[in-house]
Amino acid sequence: MRERSAASRRRVIQGAGALALGGLWLAGRPAEADLPKLQKLLAELTGGKTPQEGKVRLDMPEIAENGQTVPLTASVDSPMTANDYCKVIHILAEGNPEAGVCSFKFTPASGRAEFSTRMRLAQTQNVWAVAEMSDGSVWMTKTEVKVTIGGCGG
Amino acid sequence: MTDVKPRIKVPKTAKKGEIVEIKTLVSHVMETGQRKDAEGKTIPRRIINRFTCELNGKPVCEMILHPAISANPYISFFVKVEESGTFVFSWFDDDGTVYKTESKIEVTA
Repeated sequence: MRERSAASRRRVIQGAGALALGGLWLAGRPAEADLPKLQKLLAELTGGKTPQEGKVRLDMPEIAENGQTVPLTASVDSPMTANDYCKVIHILAEGNPEAGVCSFKFTPASGRAEFSTRMRLAQTQNVWAVAEMSDGSVWMTKTEVKVTIGGCGG
Repeated sequence: MTDVKPRIKVPKTAKKGEIVEIKTLVSHVMETGQRKDAEGKTIPRRIINRFTCELNGKPVCEMILHPAISANPYISFFVKVEESGTFVFSWFDDDGTVYKTESKIEVTA
């Protein structure tokens, strides 16, 4: 009798532990699942440089009712002269089947380092904008967009 | 494909050195390659993978597109115009087709 109750207590404790771990895993999952994929692509795009926070702006809605088409505007405050301009802005997504969204390459003839487009979001996630300047410095920002209906399904 | 039609909004005139906004839209399915048909077979990827803008033969900007760009891709951006000339906009399809459209701009002093 004593033996049995000790065993069941142990089982209860083990079960609770497993549940707690499972809960943590679930809670941490949506944002972290594809982060290694994003980091790998980021390293390829920037040649291994670690971006600094700042300089880039990424305007997106906080809540997207339809993940099929979510507007975004990315910009960098840059004089866009021959010696000092923004070369490229990459858009990356943490929670899509593929991390890459688009890369917009500017020249000094752009006059302003800003572009807009519309993207698909499979689920609520962080979207990154990463900019590389003509001096080689790399900058980033990220913003969370909550998605009601995902946009990559089928 | 006959369903692909580029549309652009470009000013006809500008002052020298003015930064003008250009808006483009191309009708295209942007099939991601992630979707499955009724039989469960994957629908092959077919997207516009690149867009370029040139002014008088000189590249102004370029965009690399991945499947995460929405169907009927909308792209807007800016160009600093120093001289009159012709813009050429090109969209590159996965199937090798290039869709092109042009627009003239007159620059005044």
